[in-house]
Amino acid sequence: MSAARTIYLLLVVAILAFLVAPLVVIVWASFFSDKILSFPPGGYTLDWYARAWQQPDFVAGFLMSIKIALCAMAGSLLLGVPASLAIERFRFPGRESVRQLLLAPMYVPAIVAGAAVYLYYIQFEISTEVQLAATFPGLLLAHTLVALPWTMRLICASLATTTGIAEEAAQSLGANALQTFFYVTLPIIRPGLIAAALFSFIASFSELEESLFLVGPGKTTLPIAIVNYLEWNLDSTIAAVATVQILIIGTALLVSDRYVNLGKAF
Amino acid sequence: MSGVTLKRLNKTFGELPAVDGVSIDIREGELIALLGPSGCGKTTTLRMVAGFVEPSSGSVHFGERDVTRVPVHHRNVGMVFQGYALFPHLSVAKNIEFGLKVRRWDRTRVQKRVDEMLEWVQLGRFSERRPRDLSGGQQQRVAVARAMAIHPDVLLLDEPFSALDAKLRLQMRSEIRELQREAGITSVFVTHDQEEAMAIADRIGVMNHGKLEQLGSAQDLYLRPASRFVAGFIGKCNVLEGRIAGTRQFETKSGQQLQYSNEHAAGSGALCFRPEHGELVRAARADANNISVTLKAVTYLGADTEYELVADNGERLLVMAASSSVAGAAFKAGERLVLSWRSQDSFVVD
Repeated sequence: MSAARTIYLLLVVAILAFLVAPLVVIVWASFFSDKILSFPPGGYTLDWYARAWQQPDFVAGFLMSIKIALCAMAGSLLLGVPASLAIERFRFPGRESVRQLLLAPMYVPAIVAGAAVYLYYIQFEISTEVQLAATFPGLLLAHTLVALPWTMRLICASLATTTGIAEEAAQSLGANALQTFFYVTLPIIRPGLIAAALFSFIASFSELEESLFLVGPGKTTLPIAIVNYLEWNLDSTIAAVATVQILIIGTALLVSDRYVNLGKAF
Repeated sequence: MSGVTLKRLNKTFGELPAVDGVSIDIREGELIALLGPSGCGKTTTLRMVAGFVEPSSGSVHFGERDVTRVPVHHRNVGMVFQGYALFPHLSVAKNIEFGLKVRRWDRTRVQKRVDEMLEWVQLGRFSERRPRDLSGGQQQRVAVARAMAIHPDVLLLDEPFSALDAKLRLQMRSEIRELQREAGITSVFVTHDQEEAMAIADRIGVMNHGKLEQLGSAQDLYLRPASRFVAGFIGKCNVLEGRIAGTRQFETKSGQQLQYSNEHAAGSGALCFRPEHGELVRAARADANNISVTLKAVTYLGADTEYELVADNGERLLVMAASSSVAGAAFKAGERLVLSWRSQDSFVVD
């Protein structure tokens, strides 16, 4: 093995360790038995998981996050699939601008976007008397916006792998637009669709910054519940909750990797 | 089953005319090839017949039925796409039954038709395979079976052989031709390969710059090309620039008098003849066109030998002769000779 290769390998291992170490520490810490997080641990226990589950804030936050992530996933697919189809299959003026616009939420810092959405909701409420800030629909809209670019990226990428000629074949065989979509387009982009669903779920489930502006009292999401808890406590409950979160997101990532080559979509 | 009529079809994309006044009367059961270089409008014409492109003006008729405004999925066309466009997620049988399912045929009828088609293209034992597990030729046969299963009024083929290697292309060419004859279906076939067009089409429409330059049998096109483009596109051709000087009289730019055989309006033009109609001799022949040339190169091509010539005014000419003919053997590069050919093999084009 050459020296260059050794250095390269060491670098890769170092970067990987740097990325994974915090996760390992969190998972490890969730089993510490000490009342206050300390190192080295005095012993090990599963108590923290039980305790986390007894905290109403975490349970409510967890359920809220799941609910909002599922809704945001559905919303981003309902908007993202037709939008991707239009962008990938048709030529119209401003096509590239529309694409960039729909991908934009990915590039705007979430805290900025959160403030912007909040201000917009307030203005909206002043002029229409419809309250969006601190409501579930308001939060859902914002989360859909966060999830949408992920759906767009993945669906566009899987549409781009076929040229639309299979759809033309379906039409020539007598299929109308709906039949073509459901019998041909949808099955062809199915892997991308599954990945898009999982990614928009993850994007919403782990969203913190925008939600900070938009949640109502007693209706927080899990990441916010974690932040709130951290302000006053430093025990392993948080590690246990985070471990559960890591498990859910990790599983979703592993599953979507089975369906699409994620490297290709980004 | 019906004939297909294209009436003064026009298509402009923005300012650009892609197809310009194309009229073709395709007889029932006939196989027409649209031939031309890329960008000549042949594919756009085919796509207007299929219904994927709406003509800017003109009309498309299947038999008596005007289908110009009929959307693709109501047109009842069978189309074989470049690269086949098989449904990757469906088995061979499911690909073939697709058109029947959307037509809501009952199950026993669908099954019967699929079996029929599978047998027709000899893919019975591959019915459960996915397209990606088939060879190129087999995929092509599935594409044809899928297109024909729906009893289309017309079969459209868009460069169907371009994805195949040379050897398979020859085989599939005759297979498709046989299948088409057997089914007796009116067909339009797009290609840029003149040999392919000549091999399988009843008539060939040569297109250039959106216009139909000439429509005729392979022989018509080869022996009586209507334009310089057709003369040059179908086979090799010698071209001498000049003008019409009188009845069947042509004067080259350097003032040489030649005779030709076709009808042509007065004015400038080019006299053409095929390389195999020319003969190299040492002395001018009576009752023939003669010009003096210098032999530049001799290329032995097996059955034929090709002679590259330069006329006194610098025009390049070509003669093709059977290698077995004794006469050619004696000529050497650099020799001054006379190129002689019969006036009935000469034709004048614009």
